[in-house]
Amino acid sequence: MEQKEQQIPIWFFIGAIVLIYGVLITGTGILNWLSPPPAAERVALWQLHTDLWWGLLLLAIGTFYVLKFKPASERRK
Amino acid sequence: MAFLSLLAATAGSSSMLHLKPVDLLIIVIYFIFVLAIGFYLKKFASTGDDFFMAGRKMTAWIAGLSFISANLSSLETMGWSAMAYQYGMLGAHGYLIGAIPAILFLAIVMMPFYYISRTHSVPGYLQLRYGEGSRSVAGISFSFMTIAVSGASMFAMAKILNLLLGWDMNISIWVASLTVAVYVTLGGLLSAVFNEVLQFFLIWLGSLLIPILGIIHAGGWGKMMEAVQRNVAVIHPAVQNADFTSLWQNLGSFGSNPMGIDWFGMFFGQGIAVAFGYWCTDFLQVQRVIVAKDLRSAQNGTIIGAALKMMVPLIVTIPGLLGLAVLMNSDGSPMVLVPESDPRAGITHNTFNDVLPLLMGKYLGPGLLGLGVTAMIAGFMSGMAGNVSAFATVWTHDVYKPLINKKGSDRHYLHMGRWSSVIGVLLSIATAYTLFFFSNILEYLQVLVFFFIVPLFGTVILGMLWKRATPAGGFWGFLIAILFSISMWAFVHTFPHGYQPQPKATLSRGAEVLLTRGDTARPGAISYISIESGTLDLVNVPLYGHERGGEFTVQEQPLYMREVAPLRKTAAPIQILAPEVVVANTREQHKFGVAAVPARISPGVKVRSTFISRRFDPAAFNPDHVKVIARSEKAKPMAVNMYSAWWSLVVCLLVTIVVSLFTKPKPDAELKNLVMGLTPLPREEAGAWYQKPLLWAGVVFAAFVAINLLFW
Repeated sequence: MEQKEQQIPIWFFIGAIVLIYGVLITGTGILNWLSPPPAAERVALWQLHTDLWWGLLLLAIGTFYVLKFKPASERRK
Repeated sequence: MAFLSLLAATAGSSSMLHLKPVDLLIIVIYFIFVLAIGFYLKKFASTGDDFFMAGRKMTAWIAGLSFISANLSSLETMGWSAMAYQYGMLGAHGYLIGAIPAILFLAIVMMPFYYISRTHSVPGYLQLRYGEGSRSVAGISFSFMTIAVSGASMFAMAKILNLLLGWDMNISIWVASLTVAVYVTLGGLLSAVFNEVLQFFLIWLGSLLIPILGIIHAGGWGKMMEAVQRNVAVIHPAVQNADFTSLWQNLGSFGSNPMGIDWFGMFFGQGIAVAFGYWCTDFLQVQRVIVAKDLRSAQNGTIIGAALKMMVPLIVTIPGLLGLAVLMNSDGSPMVLVPESDPRAGITHNTFNDVLPLLMGKYLGPGLLGLGVTAMIAGFMSGMAGNVSAFATVWTHDVYKPLINKKGSDRHYLHMGRWSSVIGVLLSIATAYTLFFFSNILEYLQVLVFFFIVPLFGTVILGMLWKRATPAGGFWGFLIAILFSISMWAFVHTFPHGYQPQPKATLSRGAEVLLTRGDTARPGAISYISIESGTLDLVNVPLYGHERGGEFTVQEQPLYMREVAPLRKTAAPIQILAPEVVVANTREQHKFGVAAVPARISPGVKVRSTFISRRFDPAAFNPDHVKVIARSEKAKPMAVNMYSAWWSLVVCLLVTIVVSLFTKPKPDAELKNLVMGLTPLPREEAGAWYQKPLLWAGVVFAAFVAINLLFW
C-alpha cells in the first residue's frame, strides 16, 4: 500500500504478473495462429483466436499498471 | 521447461483436462508471486497493529477489493456455478437479495460503530458492548467456524485440482495450504490483503472469458435462456416444469421452482437472516474494511465491495446457466450432470460441481486454461488466507488474550498471531479430510452460517441500536440462539421411526457381468444385469428367496434382485453401482451406475447384505420435521437452511429483548462510542459530494433494484 514510504504499491505487483501472463498467452496465441493445433485438440470457437486478443489485453493492462506504479516513480511523488 | 513438460505429461495421463507446459508455468509463476509478496511484506508487519490490522492504513479501493476478494473463494466460483446449474437464476440471489442490502447496511449503519469503537474484531465489539461472556462465546464459535470454512475451501480446491490436473488431493491440500501459511504467517493481514487484491484481478481476468465465449457460442443471451429452459426437461426431469430463468416470479410456492423454496424463505431467510449475519457480523468480511485509514474510506470501501459483488454473477451464475445450455454429448443431446448422491456420479456422469471445469475445458486452450486454473486456485487461496488471518486475530485477541494470558507484551501477541496462523492452517487441513460427510460443499457453509453468524448479528445489531440491551440479554440471547440453531439442525435430521438409506448394490472391482441393453422406453440403456462372479455389497436390498441380511455365497439356484425395494413408508428404486467391472462375454472393462434395473445373481457370487435404519442422519431430511421448520414438506435443503436461519434470528432477538427488560443495563457513560444516540458521528457535509457514502450507497441500491426488476 502506498501509505508506507518504502513500500512497493500493490498495483505494481498486479501489473507485473499480468504483464508476464500477457507475454506468455500472446506468445502462445501467435504460435497457435501460425501453427494451428490438430483438429482434435482445438477448443470450441478456436477460430476466434481468443488467446491472442486476450493475451494482448493482458499485456496492455499489465504495461499500464507497471509504468504507472513502478517504485521509482512512486518515490518521486 | 523440461520439468514442466514432464509434469504436464504425468498430469494429463489421468486427468479430465490436459494442461500444457505453458499452463503449468502460469500456475508456478502465481505461487512464486504470492510467496515473494509474503517475504517482501514481513518487514512491514513488525508490530501487533501491523500484523492484525494492517496498520489501519488502507485506502477505500484496497479495502473494497480485499473485502470482496476474501469472499471470492472456491465456495463461490465452483459452488455457486453448481448452484446455478442446479437451481437456474435463483442461484444469483446470493449476489443480490442475499448480499447487497446487507453490505449497504453494514456500510451506512454499522460501520460507524465498528470504526469509532476502534475494536480489533467483532467479538471485540461484543466485549466492549456486553462484556466478557458474549465475547468468549463469539470468539470461540468464530474460531471454530473459520477453521471449518477454511477446511471446506481446501477440500474444494483439492477436488478441482484432482479433476483438472489429476493431482493427488493430499498433495493439493498440503501445497496450497502451506503456501497460505507462509504468506499469512510472514505478513499477517497486510500480506493477506495484498494477495487478495492481486487475486481479485487474476480471478476476473481468468474467469471472464467463459461467459463471453459461452454466450457467443449459445447465440446470445436470449438463445441461451431458451436453451436452458428447453434442456431442463432432460437434465432435471424431477423439476422439469419449474422456471429456471426467473429471480422472483417462480417463488410463489415451494413446488414452482427448482430450489424448493418460497418468497418468504428467500426474502426473510436469505435476504435478512443469512445475508445480514454473514455480511454484517462475519469478522472475516468486517476485518477487511474496519482497517481502512478513516471512517469514510471504510464506508466507501464497503460500498465498492457491494458494487463488485453484484458483478460476480457474470463469472459464476452465467457459467452455471451455460452448463445447462451449451454442454452437449457427442450425439448432440444435452450433457446431464448429477448430484454427488446420484449412483452415476463419478462413474458415468460428472457432477454439478464440475460444471465450471467442464466449460474451461471446452473453451480455454493452452495458456488461457492455465490462467483459468490459476484464477480458481487464487480464489481458493484467498478464501483460505482470509479465514486464517481472521482466525489468528480472533484467537489471539478474543480467546488467548482475555482467557489465557492477559499480560503479554505486544511482541508476545505478535508471535502468538504468527503461530496461530500456522495452527489454523493445520486445523483447516484436518477439517478438509472430514468434509466428505456432506454432499454439497455450499450447504456445509450454510449450516455453519445459521449456527453462529446469524445469532451473532441479532446480538450485535440490538447492541448497536438499543441502549437498553443488557450484558445478560446479549449473552443469553446469543447463546440460546446458537443452541436453538443446532437443535433445529438436529431436529430435521432426526427420524424417530428410523431412516432407511437408499437401497444400493455395489459390485466389487473385477466382478463379471452380462448386460442386456435397450427396451421400448430407453433404447440403448441397460435394461437387465446378470452378475456372473465377484462380490456384491447390498444395503437395504431384499432378494427373492433370501430376504434377510448376512454374508453368504449364492448356491445352485440364482437369486434375483427387484427394481425397487420396500422401505418403511414407501418404496425406493435400487441403485446398482459398478465402478470397475468386466463384461463376461467380451472381456472389456466397463463401469456403470443405474437405478431401477432388475438383476440376476449367479451361483458362486459372494453377497454381503445389510439392512440399515438410523435414528439420525445428517445427510437426510425428515419431511415431517421439515414441515415444522420450513412450513412445507416440499421444502428442499436450501429452503430448510434459510428458514432455520430466520428462526434463529427471531429467537436471538426475542431472548435478548426479554432478558434485557428484566436485567440491569450498563450506564450511558460506558456505552459511549458503542450505541446509537451515544456515539458522535462525523458530519456528512465535510468533503466533496462525490466522496459521500450515502450517495454511492443510493446508486448501488438503485442498480440492485433495477437488476431485480430486469430479471424478475
